[in-house]
Amino acid sequence: MTSTETPMMSLTLRIWRQRDRTKKGKMVTYHVTDVSPDMSFLEMLDVLNEKLILDGDDPVAFDHDCREGICGSCGLMINGIAHGPEQATVCQLHMRSFSDGDVLDIEPWRAGGFPVVKDLAVDRSAFDRIISAGGFISAPTGTAPEAHSTPVPKKNSDAAFDAATCIGCGACVAACPNGSAMLFTAAKVAHLGLMPQGQPERDTRVLKMVAQQDAEDFGGCSNIGECSAVCPKGISMETISRLNHDLLGALRAGAVPMS
Amino acid sequence: MPLELFTLGEPIADTTAPRDVPLPDRWNERKFRARLVNPANRRRLSIIVVGTGLAGGSAAATLAEMGYRVKNFWFQDSPRRAHSVAAQGGINAAKNYRNDGDSVHRLFYDTVKGGDFRSREDNSYRLAEVSAAIIDQAVAQGVPFAREYGGLLDNRSFGGAQVSRTFYARGQTGQQLLYGAYQALERQIGLGNVEQHPRTEMLDLIVVDGKARGIVVRNLITGEITSHFADAVVLASGGYSNVFYLSTNAKGSNVTAAWRAHKRGALFANPCYTQIHPTCIPVSGDYQSKLTLMSESLRNDGRVWVPKERGDDRNPKDIPEDERDYYLERKYPAFGNLVPRDIASRQAKNVCDEGRGVGPNGLGVYLDFSDAIARLGQPAIEAKYGNLFDMYNRITGENAYETGMRIYPAVHYTMGGLWVDYDLSSNIPGLFVIGEANFSDQGANRLGASALMQGLADGYFVLPSTISNYLADGPFPAVDATHPAAVEAEQSVRTQSERLLSINGTRTVASFHRELGRLMWDLCGMERSDEGLRKALDRIPEIRHEFWTNVKVSGEQGIFNQNLEHAGRVADFIELAELMCVDALHRNESCGGHFRVESQTPEGEALRDDENYAYVAAWEYTPEGEPPVLHREALEYEYVHLAQRSYK
Repeated sequence: MTSTETPMMSLTLRIWRQRDRTKKGKMVTYHVTDVSPDMSFLEMLDVLNEKLILDGDDPVAFDHDCREGICGSCGLMINGIAHGPEQATVCQLHMRSFSDGDVLDIEPWRAGGFPVVKDLAVDRSAFDRIISAGGFISAPTGTAPEAHSTPVPKKNSDAAFDAATCIGCGACVAACPNGSAMLFTAAKVAHLGLMPQGQPERDTRVLKMVAQQDAEDFGGCSNIGECSAVCPKGISMETISRLNHDLLGALRAGAVPMS
Repeated sequence: MPLELFTLGEPIADTTAPRDVPLPDRWNERKFRARLVNPANRRRLSIIVVGTGLAGGSAAATLAEMGYRVKNFWFQDSPRRAHSVAAQGGINAAKNYRNDGDSVHRLFYDTVKGGDFRSREDNSYRLAEVSAAIIDQAVAQGVPFAREYGGLLDNRSFGGAQVSRTFYARGQTGQQLLYGAYQALERQIGLGNVEQHPRTEMLDLIVVDGKARGIVVRNLITGEITSHFADAVVLASGGYSNVFYLSTNAKGSNVTAAWRAHKRGALFANPCYTQIHPTCIPVSGDYQSKLTLMSESLRNDGRVWVPKERGDDRNPKDIPEDERDYYLERKYPAFGNLVPRDIASRQAKNVCDEGRGVGPNGLGVYLDFSDAIARLGQPAIEAKYGNLFDMYNRITGENAYETGMRIYPAVHYTMGGLWVDYDLSSNIPGLFVIGEANFSDQGANRLGASALMQGLADGYFVLPSTISNYLADGPFPAVDATHPAAVEAEQSVRTQSERLLSINGTRTVASFHRELGRLMWDLCGMERSDEGLRKALDRIPEIRHEFWTNVKVSGEQGIFNQNLEHAGRVADFIELAELMCVDALHRNESCGGHFRVESQTPEGEALRDDENYAYVAAWEYTPEGEPPVLHREALEYEYVHLAQRSYK
């Protein structure tokens, strides 16, 4: 066996506990021991929860699913940083990023647009409503032309892909001092606006998506850049420039979002 | 076969494929013969869709576009989270853009051969036939597939094929295709054509007068249990790899929707057909919650080895060349490290069983790039595989440019599922099953880049054409929550929840799940034997009994309670595990992902027994303690010649 015995860590966790959306929450302190540096952060919480269950306590609720950084379910504030210190989803964060004796504050995404469901789980359905408002290309099944009838310059296709990798986790909103959803909205506007298929709805799309974003409890964007700094997919601030460019163009053209 | 394992029921057959016309004409002929519902009448018909992955998302969007009233249910917070999002490699389509001799017939042939001649010809052919339209559809939605400098779509080759027919979006093809379907679905939600039920889990099927008419669900936030009704129910609830506890599936992936339908009479086909992927990151400790796949493309440049001596725990760099066993190159000189998935997986297991595995718990083998780095230079390896080396580093904390990567096989897909006919209807009228949740197209083994193809084929093109033939008889008489069938189903769901919460034993749900998974991995995993399966069949009822007398589930029914959700899913996995072992034991042959040690060629390859086992095993549920009933569907091959699968 190649590995040497790795020393286990003990940590103090201060975790936000809140029974449901209507109740007041508070920070509760827990101590965990025998934390292996090879555990993921969520596995460390699994161990805590197993213990809480056996002790007859309520385990900590948190969203998670794929645990490989792609589904976008998980997300926690760790010591005030969305997803913690590694700029990767919290399921991809491992305990070797911390040291024995550390005290960690673990909170849910805190934003007006994301009400708490329970403990660390929040309601991100506002994101779905923004997509529903216009984050698509209208191409009902069966209407598609032959795929090669629409060549796309590789440069545009690659840039569209970069924007399209957004996993909708919400870290951008949680990190933003304004609680703005601009990076999320902009990523979709940029993805679809860079593709030739996305041109016919380009003006109405940006107007409708921005209108929906404003209708939710999100703040405005003042180009601070915290969003991009914590984004596990590295969605760039350039997408926000693209959104503003498209929005301005649509407004100047007098485009009216069809209801 | 001793009688107590199962009883033999009536044979079953698909009667919907028009076999009176030649294979290439059957799908068109079926669409022509299927009765239609005129657009004005569609809005009077409702359809429940469970799941929002590639199959469920594409079906819900398409059925809504056609004018049906769709009610869509899923357990995650958003439809974009369905586990299809994690598929990496690509999607096959018979476009023949490379002019390399590809065709619908070749994709069909590769699929049947890849499935080790245990899939239905009609279904596999149709899958190949509609594959090209999927790419057109995805491109129209704005899916950013990889492109060449000329602006046209790029292709790559993938396992089990000699042509380049795989379309991809870097290593995130599933994510991009899912977002295409998700956006189409959100558009329909916005238009008011789809009623959405996020964070809602299906816990029972409501069958009225022999027809599937609704489902019982639990709202995962409030705990409320309610019934929902429609003219038809579509299950797109994915596969059951998590019966093994550790798999590459998402933590929430489960068999519950399919299993509860099975308990209401839907036949479960070929449950023992599971696929194990050879290149995953090994388990690092008891706390491990899931396994992560590394693209199998790594085997193009990496060499697989273990120390010759058991228990050799030196740093791999200190083990000289002549004390290493490059066992794949030794045993398979022609294919070397590029042997098929099932062989690579099984051989890794064998060397670890011999005590020559590496890593903290001895369950791993080296995938070593030092030769490739010496030959091509590190920058070339970085350009090809950099993101994978980074992912490996993030998870293990090790630098694979300097030391061998450690890999081990893991379960990642299940070919078995609910039995369906050519129309994708289960044996319960009105219950349709699509995507990984059904059994129909992949046989005993799935080729790479074919899962995305099947999910989208079913959801965009097949189901929307076949479901009208059933709905043409509708709308069916209205049913509501006061109907005795609904009252009974709701009550059984409530009773189970209350029972789980009242046991208050000494073991957690996760501890049972881990124990079950370990047992299944050891005895019904990569290699299965008569003796091992019998041992498992002795042990599983004991686990089931202990679960129902000693599990401790926290909290209450009426709140967001993830522990209760998990408990219900594990209860179903335990029952499924028993059926999987019965199926694996009764199938006394090896085929595809099902390897029975008693049935192998002298070279150790899977040895089929076509005379006795060229059939689909469709199982009927019986209550605990009574043997399940086997219904056999004979597989007939008119267009593909049955042959020993050879990759030499």
